Amino acid sequence: MLIPCPWCGDREDIEFKYGGAAQIAYPTNPDSADDAAWARYVFFRPNPKGKMAERWVHSAGCRRWFNLGRDTVTHEITSIPDMGQRR
Amino acid sequence: MSRLPEGGRIDRSRPIRFTFNGHPYQGFAGDTLASALLANDIRVVARSVTYGRPRGVFSAGSEEPNALVQVGSETMLRATQLELVEGLAATGLNGRGRLTSDPETARFDKIYAHCEVLVVGGGPPGRSAAQSAARTGDRVILLDEQPLLNSEDSDGLPPNVRVLLRTTAFGLYDQNLVLAAERRGDGGCLWQIRARQVVLATGAHERPLVFANNDRPGIMLAGAVRTYLNRYGVAPGTRAVVFTNNDTTTPLANALGSAGITVAAIIDFRQDQAIVDTDGDDDGLRAIRLAGGDQVECDLLCVSGGFNPADHLYSQAQGKLRYDEQFACFRPHGTLPNVTVVGAANGDFDFAIQPCWLVPGTNGDWSTHFVDLERDVTVADMQHAVNAGMRSVEHVKRFTTIGTGSDQGKTSGINEVGLVGTLTGQPIGGVGTTTYRPPYVPVSFALMAGRNRGELFDPIRLTSIHPWHVAHGAVFENVGQWKRPWYFPRHDEDMEAAVLRECRAARENVAVMDVSTLGKIDIRGPDAVAFVNRIYTNAFDTLKVGFGRYGLMCKADGMVFDDGVVMHLGPDHWLATTTTGGAAAVLDWMEEWLQTEWPELRVRLTSVTDHWSAVAVVGPQSRDVVRTLFPAIAADAQSFPFLAIREGETGGIPVRLHRITFSGELAYELWTPNWYGLALWEAVMAAGQPLGITPYGTEAMHVLRAEKGYIICGQETDGTVTPQDLGMSWIVSKKKPFVGQRSHRRSDTARPDRKQLVGLLPVDSEELLPEGAQVVLEENGSGAVRMIGHVTSSYRSAALGRTFALAMLQSGRERLGTTVYAALNGHIVSATVTEPIFYDKENIRRDS
Amino acid sequence: MIAEAIRRSALADYAERFTTLYETTGGSISIRELPFLAQLNLRVDAGDAAVMRQLTDSLGFSLPLTPNTAAHAGDRRALWLGPDEWLIVDPDDQATSLEQALRDGLAGVFGSIVDVSANRTVLEIRGARARDLLAHGVPIDLDPRSFRANQCAQTLLAKAQVIIERRGDEAAFHLYVRSSFAGYAAEWLLDAAATDR
Repeated sequence: MLIPCPWCGDREDIEFKYGGAAQIAYPTNPDSADDAAWARYVFFRPNPKGKMAERWVHSAGCRRWFNLGRDTVTHEITSIPDMGQRR
Repeated sequence: MSRLPEGGRIDRSRPIRFTFNGHPYQGFAGDTLASALLANDIRVVARSVTYGRPRGVFSAGSEEPNALVQVGSETMLRATQLELVEGLAATGLNGRGRLTSDPETARFDKIYAHCEVLVVGGGPPGRSAAQSAARTGDRVILLDEQPLLNSEDSDGLPPNVRVLLRTTAFGLYDQNLVLAAERRGDGGCLWQIRARQVVLATGAHERPLVFANNDRPGIMLAGAVRTYLNRYGVAPGTRAVVFTNNDTTTPLANALGSAGITVAAIIDFRQDQAIVDTDGDDDGLRAIRLAGGDQVECDLLCVSGGFNPADHLYSQAQGKLRYDEQFACFRPHGTLPNVTVVGAANGDFDFAIQPCWLVPGTNGDWSTHFVDLERDVTVADMQHAVNAGMRSVEHVKRFTTIGTGSDQGKTSGINEVGLVGTLTGQPIGGVGTTTYRPPYVPVSFALMAGRNRGELFDPIRLTSIHPWHVAHGAVFENVGQWKRPWYFPRHDEDMEAAVLRECRAARENVAVMDVSTLGKIDIRGPDAVAFVNRIYTNAFDTLKVGFGRYGLMCKADGMVFDDGVVMHLGPDHWLATTTTGGAAAVLDWMEEWLQTEWPELRVRLTSVTDHWSAVAVVGPQSRDVVRTLFPAIAADAQSFPFLAIREGETGGIPVRLHRITFSGELAYELWTPNWYGLALWEAVMAAGQPLGITPYGTEAMHVLRAEKGYIICGQETDGTVTPQDLGMSWIVSKKKPFVGQRSHRRSDTARPDRKQLVGLLPVDSEELLPEGAQVVLEENGSGAVRMIGHVTSSYRSAALGRTFALAMLQSGRERLGTTVYAALNGHIVSATVTEPIFYDKENIRRDS
Repeated sequence: MIAEAIRRSALADYAERFTTLYETTGGSISIRELPFLAQLNLRVDAGDAAVMRQLTDSLGFSLPLTPNTAAHAGDRRALWLGPDEWLIVDPDDQATSLEQALRDGLAGVFGSIVDVSANRTVLEIRGARARDLLAHGVPIDLDPRSFRANQCAQTLLAKAQVIIERRGDEAAFHLYVRSSFAGYAAEWLLDAAATDR
């Protein structure tokens, strides 16, 4: 699989590490979160059949984390908002 | 001999000797084993996998289901793809292939290749595609699995077309990555080709007809017979019958005649003719029986049931196939991005055919109507599947194993589809094909491994001091990718004796260890202290420049992740050390927080793991070594206190000194740029020589730290352990936020009955508990016994004069003083639960 | 003054085997270590035009802003490593003056300058078969049309992370490999060079 690094362009997936689902917001105030809300942040992740927002790092390249849209059925890769930005 | 007097693309001036099943034979350069066997009148090549029936050469390519042979340690090779080489010694397979346990000795390489256009298949459509693609100046790669292109005009290709022969594309993956196996002598090369455009010119496979006893040696695909005649100059028989349902076989009669082969009959299904059975003996076909009862003697039966476009690669890439009524085949339907299918692979045919999926026999028996020759699956098996309720071709495939052989059902798959349709009354197009998956041809593990084996299997990381360790007889241990000295045996010492001696030296005298493998991350910026504070569980904002502090980090789930000493080197300048194995993961993880959650922090991280070599000088006399090397540095305990950092220089070597201990003894870590590492080590050895300085390895290091109850991340911890579980609440700040903090208040992490770190002292002080042993409460439990934890570390201690262990036990701190049990080599060891610290509880030795 | 006798490069033991390789390949593969180069890792906000101008003045050339390219003036080179990160390379004895030049360039603006001279060693790989040799283990396209002069890339050689820089000469590459991986990389290259084509 080729992964488009926002900086280095298309590179083989062996240069990257997968960082799980993207767009999981860190609770603004962890202390005020109850156990259920905190557990949801720590342990619950989407596992869709279809489009998924993912976080990757170009670990053997420029070491930058970025977000990527990937379809888990067709493997089609799309850019998603916030590329290279937070979450 | 069945070699024709002339013809073929073989080199008759180059005879080649080979053996088959131990008997010597001769062929020519350009032969395959299959053509050479046919030329030597060998009809039976192998015996089938389930029924042990004799089988002969059936095809002339990679679709071969029958002629499987063993050569050396390689098994299930196709005689049709095995080029004849001098001295080849092949054995026909009798049933299953067997893997050898001997290591592969042939050389397998890997290559990454890139091109604008990759053409798979060197027939006329492929060559034409390559020609036209090359006109633009693009890089073109043309693959073909044969040793030569199937054409007389194979020259004529421009220089920007790279032709790879003997190379089979076996997988088409995302974004046009094609994996192709090139055969090179005994070995091969794995091509990993990225192509902007892929042209599939993979042709079509002829499919057989399904009738009673259709598997005898002498029964061959009609196209293969032409290949043996034309390309190899071999007559695969003397008296032939042709059985066909299409008009592609028309030229065959002439070709057979020209080769001096009698054409005894042409049985054309389209004229209501059929072969209903065959006769033969252990050497293969003798005669065929016709529907009317007539028998025709023959030793060669050329069959053609039509053609299946070879769309395996197209289908692997999720290309859709559709049934074509006119040509009775599945052909590509729709498009794949940047993939083109041309020629026969696209179903671009020109012939007339009347589909024939099944020819009934004479007695209602279907148990010799073979559908999958390699898997020995018959129509009777398919009926069994359908009678059991299977309707889907995928279910029938799994029930019968059709198409699951090493030939991937190239000759059987579409007949299976036709038969499922016939047996269940469904239209063929509605049945659909099974899913094609890579690899298209069998691929050896050795090819996949390439040169990543033996010493090159994985990177072996070495420190700058490694040559000294080798020269001084170190026994090495793998720690992640690093080779680290495990212990340094003297003379004929065993490991136990060496480790006891090394530990004693560190506790009583002075010892030295290469600790260059520690991960090191340089942290700079005005917000560095804020960053460090968030990453570690303990506070760093009070740490003065010129000092270090031990720190522990947790992931968001509150579980211990890694640990190490963090140095405050200057204003806005910190350096974190990590465990040897954790360095890369910690840096990626720190960058993730920094880049995705805290981009407002003005902090930059740089890995400097390999920049520094580090030497730990340990023991009550270590100060003397440091004084000898660095007379300018005041080394007394007050001037150079615990965890302080000094800059120095010895004999031209720049050194940063840290008073850090991982043994509890007075100790120093001396850091120098990598290229000075060996010189520094040698200087330390020289300075310590009058004191009997002793090099030690990782095992003694483990014992020394365990005596002090210092954890090792990854040994005491396994991703399910909190700092509190380790009895390290003292390092968890209550005053500032850090990663994982909230998780420490979760009901589950706050449970009182979690596993907690404790010490274990075996009641028999000579018995060594095995690491990983489960700990139980009952000495003589019968039936299921509850496991309350496990041993994480276990050693023999020179300082204690006995064995001891660390363990994670449920409610461990409530069990101090009680006795627990663990199994060891068939007997039960009793041990007393203790505090997880065995030596120098008052921490006075580090300042001695 | 650096006492040469006490420094030892990561691939000091390989010089002879590299020479033998050159001979056995008829000069089509030449590998040699370029030890002890001064290397500094620079992090600075590329969007800060003022500091970039200052750095241009103090370095003698502009930092490359196009990803995966290198810029140079004389022997001093700057390799793009990330949107705010460069590796600045200078001859052996230049580390101190280089570091000073960078500090002058930063002039108090937030950034980081880390001496990583001993973190990696550099292999010069050149010759008619240099590119084919690297293709055994490097996944990126090294064709001169895709990987032009003064381009660089952080990628993999087999299982080791490396930086590859193409020099002006079409068949010359500089391979930066971390010191602890240098032996692995050297063994891997020597082994790959032994393939029959």
